[in-house]
Amino acid sequence: MSRKVVSGPDAPGRDPNAPLLRVVDIKTHFKTERGTVRAVDGVSFQLDRGRTIGIVGESGSGKSVLSRSVMGLLPGRNVIREGHVVYEGIDIVGFDSHQMRNIWGSEMSMVFQDPMTSLNPVKKIGRQITESLHEHLQMDKQEANDTALALLSSVGIPEPAARLEEYPHQLSGGMRQRVVIAIALACGPKILFADEPTTALDVTVQAQILNLLQQQQHERHMAMILVTHDLGVVAGRSHEIAVMYAGKIVEHAPTNSLFANVRMPYTEALLNSIPRLEYMSHTRLDIIGGRPPDLIRPPRGCSFAPRCRYAQPRCIEEEPPLMEGDQPGHTYRCWYPVGSPENLEAYQRNIVAGRTATGAPVEAPVTIDAGGRF
Amino acid sequence: MAGSGTDHLRAPQDALIRCENLVVEFPVGKSGLKVHAVSDISIDAKPGETLGLVGESGCGKSTTGRALMQLPRPTGGRVLYQGRDLVQLPGAELRQLRPEMQMIFQDPISSLNPRRRVFDIVAEPLRIWKRASGAELTERVNRTLENVGIDPAVADRRPHQFSGGQCQRICIARALVLEPKVIICDEPVSALDVSVQAQILNLLEDMKATYKLTLVFIAHDLAVVKNVSDRVAVMYLGKLCEVAPPDDLYANPAHPYTAALLSSIPVPDPRIRPSEENVLGGEIPSPIAPPSGCRFRTRCPRAQDMCAQVEPKMRQIGLGHYVACHFPLEATGPKPGAAQLAAKRAAVPARPVAPPRPPGTQAF
Ligand SMILES: Nc1ncnc2c1ncn2[C@@H]1O[C@H](COP(=O)(O)OP(=O)(O)OP(=O)(O)O)[C@@H](O)[C@H]1O
Ligand SMILES: Nc1ncnc2c1ncn2[C@@H]1O[C@H](COP(=O)(O)OP(=O)(O)OP(=O)(O)O)[C@@H](O)[C@H]1O
Ligand code: SF4
Ligand code: SF4
Ligand SMILES: [Mg+2]
Ligand SMILES: [Mg+2]
Repeated sequence: MSRKVVSGPDAPGRDPNAPLLRVVDIKTHFKTERGTVRAVDGVSFQLDRGRTIGIVGESGSGKSVLSRSVMGLLPGRNVIREGHVVYEGIDIVGFDSHQMRNIWGSEMSMVFQDPMTSLNPVKKIGRQITESLHEHLQMDKQEANDTALALLSSVGIPEPAARLEEYPHQLSGGMRQRVVIAIALACGPKILFADEPTTALDVTVQAQILNLLQQQQHERHMAMILVTHDLGVVAGRSHEIAVMYAGKIVEHAPTNSLFANVRMPYTEALLNSIPRLEYMSHTRLDIIGGRPPDLIRPPRGCSFAPRCRYAQPRCIEEEPPLMEGDQPGHTYRCWYPVGSPENLEAYQRNIVAGRTATGAPVEAPVTIDAGGRF
Repeated sequence: MAGSGTDHLRAPQDALIRCENLVVEFPVGKSGLKVHAVSDISIDAKPGETLGLVGESGCGKSTTGRALMQLPRPTGGRVLYQGRDLVQLPGAELRQLRPEMQMIFQDPISSLNPRRRVFDIVAEPLRIWKRASGAELTERVNRTLENVGIDPAVADRRPHQFSGGQCQRICIARALVLEPKVIICDEPVSALDVSVQAQILNLLEDMKATYKLTLVFIAHDLAVVKNVSDRVAVMYLGKLCEVAPPDDLYANPAHPYTAALLSSIPVPDPRIRPSEENVLGGEIPSPIAPPSGCRFRTRCPRAQDMCAQVEPKMRQIGLGHYVACHFPLEATGPKPGAAQLAAKRAAVPARPVAPPRPPGTQAF
């Protein structure tokens, strides 16, 4: 298969030994009537071949804007973009849409939450797949058709030959998402962005689709960025997890290290607020009071301070930088990280005062575990 | 199921609300075909109990909830409220009972009138039913707002000035202000972020105690349903699969669908690997032409010939535990992931549980 060389393996400057993707301090701000929305505000990470990063955060934390920024899929107007997206050694941030066309599909592709937004309702499934095969891989008709058929069966669609002739509305939600995945995989991308790929699906179908993504990723040695609001979705399926809050990564760690050794109070609070199957019914859930900050006027210090049970005066004054944890690759933004003596002192001070430095009420928990930590 | 039957119902006099053999069908255009949304479902809730209804999209949870409220009246079956059959009740008498039965929906923002002030939204039921006026009305509205954690000082604002979680609190206040006996909560936390979801779940538990409510709690998330329910009914394609106390349902699922549902739920713990084997194939069939016999048979790993011929009926397999399946899982059989969970429970000390706090207060 021959590829155009604008960004292909032979493109000038491209270094196959460089890390697959390096995102360096990207900022994406939107100018609106109310002011500048700092949707993504200085995010960096690196993704290596065949690896999965889970990006987790609540609604509005900037997960989708981040993935769209990396893919260069942002509206042209009102957007302020800074930082670098280095793909195999080439900074693609300055690429125009013509250049990006050679990246989309064949180097990076994307699966969105709602399969209907990525499918053309008036085009047959078959044509939607073969189109990109013609465009990126210069396949002839027969070759493209055979490939489309093979793709549909590889994503678990029964009777793939018949499906090629059908329209999206003739398929169920789960089948549509399989088609979207087939299209995303068609040109053999090295990175797949999956933005809440299963949020619109039933839980039994979600399990099928997540297994499918994992299996395809494995077979193709593809890297994946799995965006979700559900920590459960990424817990068993990613090598590392980045937790986003108010446009920033507030904690980033290898998956096991994150769960075993939470450092960021936001991550801890999030984990404790999820109702779990293994809890007895009527277990009182830990809540996070308040809501995320306004991205137009974020607080000066730590953006989580108004909701944090450990908040101290310093948190209101100074924004915590990304700090290194004890475990390799574990970083977080907090002055009083969970599990540290400073954290325990801060909590005790707040319990005695009955409130945090931001004035939020704090109650003493009823049980103290053997380790002495609350 | 799944199945039909009424073995799982408690004595009629013990239930505040109870439906028997509920059927709801919708015509499909002029084709003569019907959507079999709810096909012979029986459930009941005792006073003060929370009945959880769980199942995947389209299985008929909302239709069941609405049929209990006679919105619209069901195609068949009885709905007994304090012993009276609402289905047969003349419209005027049904209307008199309306204040006692309220509903809360999934999308809090769109269920509030954007042009009205929050105070008026919550006051409206009192005005319509002429339950209070003047200072008494103000006092009742403010007290209700306080109970749900909304500062009455901001009640002159309109819904768009509140977050999704706050709008759900306002919806709850509106449902509570008439001091109803039953609230049907249809996916009340599904549209909310996890951190806010926990606030609303705790609030519903507090309100249940304060107002001595009976709740029918509908959700597709089994972990959420388990957290608030005293009894859980699992639905599939318009039928009931299994009814059990939540902790028993989780520890000993007997219906193959319940077991599959449990093992599909992603667990926020990397030590528990997602299950490959227990993932159900296929998707929910069309409710226009549901499968014969057991409606789950097209996806059931245990299905036998009999399942296509004979519809299973609800039968008791444990204390308060009922299943509609010809070949249920062994009650004591190991559950996928159970060993890992047990190990985990042993390794992790009891999670701190905050003491119950007075309704309406927020703390960390
Ligand atoms: N084109 C735009 N103009 C202005 N603001 C925008 C634009 N796109 C996104 N935003 C804002 O940027 C913030 C981050 O949005 P984003 O869609 O990335 O959130 P998310 O984490 O994906 O949330 P969700 O879980 O709801 O999908 C939000 O506050 C959103 O309102
Ligand atoms: N008014 C209606 N007219 C026709 N069909 C309907 C109507 N209301 C519901 N249905 C159908 O009845 C079935 C059950 O719907 P219902 O809304 O009760 O499911 P549900 O379990 O609440 O699902 P969800 O989790 O998506 O809310 C579905 O197939 C639905 O399409
Ligand atoms: S302790 Fe301070 S710095 Fe750390 S999360 Fe809380 S408010 Fe932010
Ligand atoms: S074993 Fe038979 S009766 Fe039981 S759930 Fe499966 S198909 Fe239905
Ligand atoms: Mg998003
Ligand atoms: Mg519903």
